[in-house]
Amino acid sequence: MKLNRRKFIGTTAAASALLAAPMAIGSGHGRAKVVVIGGGAGGATAARYIAKDSNGEIDVTLVEPTRTYYTCFFSNLYIGGFREIDSIAHSYGTLASEYGVNVIHDWAISVDRDAKTVTLAGGSALSYDKLILSPGIDFVDGAVPGWDLNSQNAMPHAYKAGSQTELLKAQIEAMPEGGTFAMVAPPNPFRCPPGPYERVSMVAHRLRDINPTAKIIVADPKEKFSKMALFQEGWADNYSGMIDWIGADFGGGNVEVDPHAMTVSIDGEVTSVDACNVIPAMKAGRIAEMAGVTDGNWAPVNANDMSSKMDENVYVLGDATSQGDMPKSGFSANSQAKVCANSVRGALTGSSVFPARYSNTCWSLIDTDNGVKVGATYEATEEKIAKVDGFISATGESVDLRAATYRESVGWYDGITADMFG
Amino acid sequence: MRRIFLTTLLSLGFASQVTAEAGGNAERGEALFRQCAGCHQVGEGAEHRIGPSLNGVFDRSAGAAEGFRYSNAMERTATGGLVWTYESLDTFIENPRNLVSGTRMSFRGIANQKDRDDLLAYLRLFSASPANIPEAAPTAKGLDHDFDPEILAISGDPAYGEYLSNECTTCHLLSGNDNGIPSITNWPVEDFVIALHAYKNAKRLHPVMQMMAGRLSNEEIAALAAYFKSLDQ
Ligand SMILES: Cc1cc2nc3c(=O)[nH]c(=O)nc-3n(C[C@H](O)[C@H](O)[C@H](O)COP(=O)(O)OP(=O)(O)OC[C@H]3O[C@@H](n4cnc5c(N)ncnc54)[C@H](O)[C@@H]3O)c2cc1C
Ligand code: HEC
Ligand code: HEC
Repeated sequence: MKLNRRKFIGTTAAASALLAAPMAIGSGHGRAKVVVIGGGAGGATAARYIAKDSNGEIDVTLVEPTRTYYTCFFSNLYIGGFREIDSIAHSYGTLASEYGVNVIHDWAISVDRDAKTVTLAGGSALSYDKLILSPGIDFVDGAVPGWDLNSQNAMPHAYKAGSQTELLKAQIEAMPEGGTFAMVAPPNPFRCPPGPYERVSMVAHRLRDINPTAKIIVADPKEKFSKMALFQEGWADNYSGMIDWIGADFGGGNVEVDPHAMTVSIDGEVTSVDACNVIPAMKAGRIAEMAGVTDGNWAPVNANDMSSKMDENVYVLGDATSQGDMPKSGFSANSQAKVCANSVRGALTGSSVFPARYSNTCWSLIDTDNGVKVGATYEATEEKIAKVDGFISATGESVDLRAATYRESVGWYDGITADMFG
Repeated sequence: MRRIFLTTLLSLGFASQVTAEAGGNAERGEALFRQCAGCHQVGEGAEHRIGPSLNGVFDRSAGAAEGFRYSNAMERTATGGLVWTYESLDTFIENPRNLVSGTRMSFRGIANQKDRDDLLAYLRLFSASPANIPEAAPTAKGLDHDFDPEILAISGDPAYGEYLSNECTTCHLLSGNDNGIPSITNWPVEDFVIALHAYKNAKRLHPVMQMMAGRLSNEEIAALAAYFKSLDQ
């Protein structure tokens, strides 16, 4: 079905919800220009919404180095054997052909906020009226002693999906009978709070099938984690005796790895491992820091429109931000992108700006047809994005409800990827 | 396929504070049951017909009569934890699509509260221990049917609805496909409004949708209904 998306532009908007939108015109050089850096959950959504809703009035350029975006969401399901890698791969063709987004496959290497230009690795410069940064995460140097990016083949992070995820899965499948898989989990705040624990579940699922005497050790610098009761119940019920989770109170934060020797030292005790997933502490994607919009590891933003606290012409989305109560998830980045798109359009074309509303739901798969979820709605306050209401799956839910929850997550995956890429 | 079955405004008439009282007149209920009898049997030897046997329906989980094939929509609702209590039956009989938009029960509902009380008093006779059926606590959610027919008269602003719909399309596909999350495009406006209010009032149990609908005002629900309906053309 083809929709007439533009039909309602220009009709009067609900008086109850209107905020005054100041009219600002692109800087006198024809169409207003928006540059989006990063074509992930935040950036692709923002580019698509601005292009789709602006009736051709805004020139949207998306800068993204990779031609194929592998979603981190559902990459754990690939590790567990529930998805093929191709099913989590997306291209930018529709954004370009259907929505007129100018997609440039290159790295942004610097931002000049005074001149309002972005320089690309290929040498060219792009000027903007509004810049949107959604570069995701990078890792904090030295976060896990013994590990750096050069070790990512021996001990993959698989926290940016694609070849890293394939590598990790292959290493897990190549483990000797009864071998050991270790995960070094990250400290807060980090991308996808339930992500490491869903991954542990999926690794256990795969090993139970192909290597049932294998062991899983998780060294965690935290004392508790997202959906902890649900995961621990699931691990006890489905992977009994396989998973040893070592939290902060048992020295899980005192970790060192040796990627050559393939050993992991936890609280002084050295263990030989056959596969090891190191997920280091995270910070905003480097370009945010280079643009000078970070404070510490993250980029602070205003809750009402995701604009940077450092620069009203720069917006930051998704994992790279510090915004308040929302978890760093693809759902959150997508939700923030739509608020930002509405505001950017309003600023550049005078279209109606409606009040921000944010939400998030994160599903995790524990075992076949055993899905759980957690979610919340949020509002913008002066200070931050603040949680309004929320829910979480309960322990002891029926098999049918868990299966229905998993089916929903599959539906959501198709929904959010259609919302990002068209 | 969902049945599209237009309701009149009147069939939604749970405008005022309506409390489902148990003091109905079962004799009168028996006569009213004729409206159901084309599809349902109840009493000794009752069998499944077009609809399931209604013996023992009180306190039973929805969609749980052995040997009856329910619609997918009813099964989804049942999985969500709906149990037939006095209150949920009252809501269902008032308009089945209050609780299950895609139900196969093609019945427009009974608007009159007294009629529903009487009918339920009759149906109670065929449940295990009618004397012990717990009354819904007065504070139970959903007892205040704050659904006013005027809500349906609000004409939604589709431009605002389009903005609000951005929040929905992270899960619901605009293409109208159901890959695990139900389609919400091309619905009759009434059904859409009824469904969202049922989540908002916690008559429908799904936690995600209760949360999403929970913060929508009546005007916002109307705007969303108008927008999603407008995708029709
Ligand atoms: C294992 C795992 C499971 C997850 N599961 C879920 C889930 O179930 N649900 C959920 O909602 N979220 C999930 N997430 C989280 C989700 O993937 C992220 O929160 C989301 O991708 C964040 O979006 P983003 O736009 O901030 O960053 P990303 O989606 O990472 O996009 C950033 C993009 O920017 C590009 N980029 C970076 N620097 C530059 C530059 N200098 N120039 C140009 N481009 C650049 C990158 O190539 C990348 O494509 C999961 C994450 C992981 C790791
Ligand atoms: C046109 C046929 C038809 C009529 C008339 C009808 N029903 Fe139904 N009823 C059904 C069908 C079919 C179902 C199963 C619905 C589904 O699977 O979506 C059903 C389901 C039900 C259920 C849920 C049962 C369960 O096991 O979950 C109840 C309660 C019910 N009907 C009560 C009534 C009452 C009371 C009346 C009369 C006021 C009535 N029905 C009139 C066809 C009908
Ligand atoms: C996080 C995912 C998610 C979001 C966001 C979401 N929904 Fe839903 N929606 C669902 C699920 C799952 C169901 C099925 C619920 C059930 O079984 O009762 C559903 C059900 C519905 C139904 C009833 C469908 C039926 O067949 O009975 C309507 C109507 C609806 N949603 C409208 C909306 C609107 C409008 C929005 C935006 C304001 C929205 N939804 C946002 C997941 C979502």
